Amino acid sequence: MLADKDRIFTNLYGFQPWSLKSAQARGDWDNTKDLMKRGQDAIIEEIKASGLRGRGGAGFPTGLKWSFMPKEPRADRPSFLVINADESEPGSCKDREIIRHDPHKLIEGALIAGFAMRARAAYIYIRGEFIREAETLFAAVQEAYDAGLLGKNAAKSGYDFDVFVHRGAGAYICGEETAMIESLEGKKGQPRLKPPFPAGAGLYGCPTTVNNVESIAVVPTILRRGAPWFASFGRENNKGTKLFQISGHVERPCVVEEEMGITFRELIDKHCGGIRGGWDNLLAVIPGGSSVPLVPAAEIMDAPMDFDGLKAVGSGLGTAAAIVMDKSTDVVQAISRISYFYKHESCGQCTPCREGTGWMWRVMERLRTGDADISEIDTLFDVTKQVEGHTICALGDAAAWPIQGLIKHFRPEIERRIRENGGALEAAE
Amino acid sequence: MADAPQIPDEAETRARWGAFAWTAENAEKAKAVIARYPAGRQRSAVMPLLDLAQRQVGAETQTQGWLPVPVIEYVAAHLDMPFIRAYEVATFYTMYNLVPVGRYHVQVCGTTPCLLRGSDDVMAACKNRGMVKGKTTPDGLFTLTEVECMGTCTNAPMVQINDDNYEDLDYDSTVRILDALAAGEQPKAGTQLANRHTSEPDGGPTTLKEMVKANHDYRKEW
Repeated sequence: MLADKDRIFTNLYGFQPWSLKSAQARGDWDNTKDLMKRGQDAIIEEIKASGLRGRGGAGFPTGLKWSFMPKEPRADRPSFLVINADESEPGSCKDREIIRHDPHKLIEGALIAGFAMRARAAYIYIRGEFIREAETLFAAVQEAYDAGLLGKNAAKSGYDFDVFVHRGAGAYICGEETAMIESLEGKKGQPRLKPPFPAGAGLYGCPTTVNNVESIAVVPTILRRGAPWFASFGRENNKGTKLFQISGHVERPCVVEEEMGITFRELIDKHCGGIRGGWDNLLAVIPGGSSVPLVPAAEIMDAPMDFDGLKAVGSGLGTAAAIVMDKSTDVVQAISRISYFYKHESCGQCTPCREGTGWMWRVMERLRTGDADISEIDTLFDVTKQVEGHTICALGDAAAWPIQGLIKHFRPEIERRIRENGGALEAAE
Repeated sequence: MADAPQIPDEAETRARWGAFAWTAENAEKAKAVIARYPAGRQRSAVMPLLDLAQRQVGAETQTQGWLPVPVIEYVAAHLDMPFIRAYEVATFYTMYNLVPVGRYHVQVCGTTPCLLRGSDDVMAACKNRGMVKGKTTPDGLFTLTEVECMGTCTNAPMVQINDDNYEDLDYDSTVRILDALAAGEQPKAGTQLANRHTSEPDGGPTTLKEMVKANHDYRKEW
């Protein structure tokens, strides 16, 4: 188990105040100027060496992403850092804990990351439903300004940098980076075609990098303790520590920071008091938030919780939000509810997703009650393949994968319902 | 689109809200919001200003607030943007109410993580108080909506009522909260479990135990 001294988010549970004074006593904003003195390229190299991969789900190497930004931004085209705090993936609830309990880690990270990529300002896009959390974030940013840590000559580094908070208003799709940029510009959050990539033309047509809250908030600690420290956790290509969020049928759901690659069993036994009803009662787990396929009990139990470990069992790490389902779960209903979520959240721009998500949900609802024909399972699978990969953003894929996972692993259960329902009809006739 | 909101009659709303203007306090707030964005990019402020307008309507009507068409027009004019662009935004995002709501907007999360932990019981508690999904109770007190994931999955099931979250609910605690609100009291927000603080395991954290009592500085152990 990760030692407490190696945890980055020491005030994760908010037992202590989030204020600047308390955060400084925990080690935040400690000589930020010296970290910045190392120079932009040195910071980017350090982050590359740490092996940090984006914590928002896709797992793109963070340092590499920063290096795509222009080295000499033009005065009429300043660069921007956009921080994605639109945490809406079912199962995910880590950024909320960072924002309401350790906001200064995020703000300090924004300054350092913004400096490294030569950005003029950072916009933190926080989801609208995080109302109290946004209040904390606004207050924390104001504290940083008042203390001279942001604004002109931020933290006495000689670099001018602003941090602004922008509240969303309830749209899952704005977590997609180009939709977030559209939304920041005051439009509907509908994703843009790529290319051009945001690093070329993003917010207001200027070079932009979009990073997850957790990716930015871990940066100051990585620089203070060095890349080798961060890289000493986890397996090759899956380095560092990570906030895991365990919800569903465990004894004690929680958010906890752990080493990447911890096995599912250890994570649950150490922090969540085990599966409700014991390990024999485990049915399946959605290991990375609703967008990734579910994994049946036998395969997940001893799987390492990291990018490659979960890919090997046909799923993904996503945001490391494990949704645990025990044998009392109506697994078809659980996935059908996710299908409803995607139907609700489709932005309506691409036809396969706009029409497909609703169609898939309606079929899923019939499969839930068994009011279907067995051949429709294959039709549904086929339609998920028609949606997947045929849309501008990944929402179509995210809507398709949970259904594909369900059909792959629980086909006998779906067939049983159809047969029993049909059988009941025949008996009635 | 059977569940799409029925936009209220325009003549009526125009008579009631046609003269909408910022209060002095909100005019200051609007100025501060616009200043967050680069010059000439004031359209970026449309989302925060619609939220501000909805809150002002809420304060005037003693509800959570909503956005009548004339109010959206006012915000669009304030930002020098076409009405339709502001209307597009107001209809795209779910947190803008296009129809009047009650004093308390009860938003029950029904997505899978909450479903697994018993959001049906929370919904049942609301329905047993006479609430109907998508409708306001006749006394104007509660509007019930089922919403999608609110990002508090380790504290499921949950409900957001106006600006506060109530987490780790069951049937009884939901009833208690609704009763308190109906009686004009402010129930305790956050988790409803006695031995839980926020998102740590119920009964006490398995990690970072020093932090419970004092603001521990772990740097000495690096």
